[in-house]
Amino acid sequence: MSENNTHMEAALQMNRSTSSKLPDFIFHKITFSFALLVLLVLAGIIVSLIISAWPAFEHFGPGFITRVEWDPINNEYGALIAIAGTLITSFIALLIAFPVSFGIALFLTEICPNWLKRPLGTSVELLAGVPSIIYGMWGMFVFAPFMSDHIQPLLQNTLGNVPVIGELFQGPMMGIGMLTAGIILSIMIIPFIAAVMRDVFETCPAVLKESAYAIGCTKWEVMRKIVLPYTRIGVVGGVMLGLGRALGETMAITFVIGNAHKLSWSLFAAGNSIASTLANEFAEADSTLHISSLFALGLILFVITFIVLAAAKVMLSRMSQGEGSK
Amino acid sequence: MSQNLEISNNDIYTRRLWQHRVGISLSVFAMATGIFFLLWILSVLVINGLGAIDLAIFTNTTPAPGSEGGGLFNPIVGSLLMVGVAIFISTPIGIFAGVYLAEYGEESRFAQITRFVTDVMLSAPSIVLGLFVYALYVAQVRHFSGWAGSFAIALIAIPVVVRTTDNMLGLVPSSLREAAFALGAPRWKVATMVRLRAVKAGVLTGILLAVARISGETAPLLFTALNNQFYSSDMNAPMANLPVVIFQFAMSPYDNWRELAWGGALIITFSVLGLNILSRILVKTTKN
Repeated sequence: MSENNTHMEAALQMNRSTSSKLPDFIFHKITFSFALLVLLVLAGIIVSLIISAWPAFEHFGPGFITRVEWDPINNEYGALIAIAGTLITSFIALLIAFPVSFGIALFLTEICPNWLKRPLGTSVELLAGVPSIIYGMWGMFVFAPFMSDHIQPLLQNTLGNVPVIGELFQGPMMGIGMLTAGIILSIMIIPFIAAVMRDVFETCPAVLKESAYAIGCTKWEVMRKIVLPYTRIGVVGGVMLGLGRALGETMAITFVIGNAHKLSWSLFAAGNSIASTLANEFAEADSTLHISSLFALGLILFVITFIVLAAAKVMLSRMSQGEGSK
Repeated sequence: MSQNLEISNNDIYTRRLWQHRVGISLSVFAMATGIFFLLWILSVLVINGLGAIDLAIFTNTTPAPGSEGGGLFNPIVGSLLMVGVAIFISTPIGIFAGVYLAEYGEESRFAQITRFVTDVMLSAPSIVLGLFVYALYVAQVRHFSGWAGSFAIALIAIPVVVRTTDNMLGLVPSSLREAAFALGAPRWKVATMVRLRAVKAGVLTGILLAVARISGETAPLLFTALNNQFYSSDMNAPMANLPVVIFQFAMSPYDNWRELAWGGALIITFSVLGLNILSRILVKTTKN
């Protein structure tokens, strides 16, 4: 392949020297400038967020990130509650989504009969296609009442009695709140994680699996002890990708998290995330400091998701490089 | 002695067998859970939304607070306009950038960085893109507008088009390119008239996926296009659009507003899922 490429490069060199170079040069520059535009947009996003968020950071100092107050009436702002809400809901989502995605990927790669693979795979991917706002409506009108009638009483009566973690399941059962938001987020990110897992599971060499089967391993053992360890970097990459999605999810959360600026030990309590705060308050924000503080939240969200997604990308590309060197 | 060994072997075997059975059952259960939630959401949409779907929903404008009836004519037009403009902006940018990545991607570090950034942007929080357009455009001209909404969702569409174009071009066999080079075709001609043309359907898929992705986007429109209670095709004024109307109507206390929200939700979900399925079929034909 690489030899082929060098031949091609040589041919291109000849080509360039014989025919006119100008059209190729222009073509290169035009396509280059569009690619540059994409890069510039990213730089522009970061720069514009920093500029707009500056007044807030100037006013509250770097302590803005750890301040608890969020009070538009007295013009006091801090990011801690929104950051905590974002991280808690995303963590709940990952806790649920990881095992379920593993199960789905395992089913689709190893168990599913061939004729069912496409329809089932497509259905899971359609879950990712459903717009976020639909999850929000379904969550508020259908899932939240279901939570308060069935799931929350069940949790309070069982896990609620366990010392220490029992604290997480106390309080009134309104249906909306952190836990409900986390569960809905998990449904939204399952298709992304499952798709990546399925792809990386398929990169596991057949010889490896066949050897395990030959010494008498069960299908479960092959998945758990051969395929999963072999593909762990890719799996972690997929999970990070799901986390990145969960952190920035806006509309679904806005419907069900309850939009209360407080922090509570109970997962049944209403809370707030960065994205839902932005969605609720931005269009109505008046004072410069309020707007700037919202921009600061946006900047924090963007930086966190960028780091998580970049890490996911690095892991997944390392995975595919490993595949090439086999 | 050998009897003992046999028994303990049997024990281990039984345990492993049960582990296997439980694991596999859980996996089937996980799959069923996924399908169950998809069906649950879709059936809720159909049950609540179907009653609202009639001719009036496509011809009447959104009702004023407290008034009866009404439809979703203005938000449907607004959404179509904004998505249309966004696709018009993002398609050329996305295709050119994608061609660059596929054509020069192996040679330059710049291309690799761009590819990386596009991949990250693909999953970046859409609400932040709304903030960006607000800071750059809305805050400067001092009013919300359809243009601003279009720009925001165009930013979401661009990475989708770049990525699919890049991926699809990668599928073109190098023998095809070599044949074109051997005939003496210059590089730009090979890139556009041979390579790009070979994956027309694939590139179209990328555009369809981008349409599907941005049609349901709500967050970036909240503070760019805002909303408009009346019919308006003026891109320079606040513009009604389906996602934001669904959001506001669903949260409202009026019964007819909520019913319209369910109707709108049904329309948008089935169009988006339809586009997804269509693009999947297209990809399949390209790969064959």
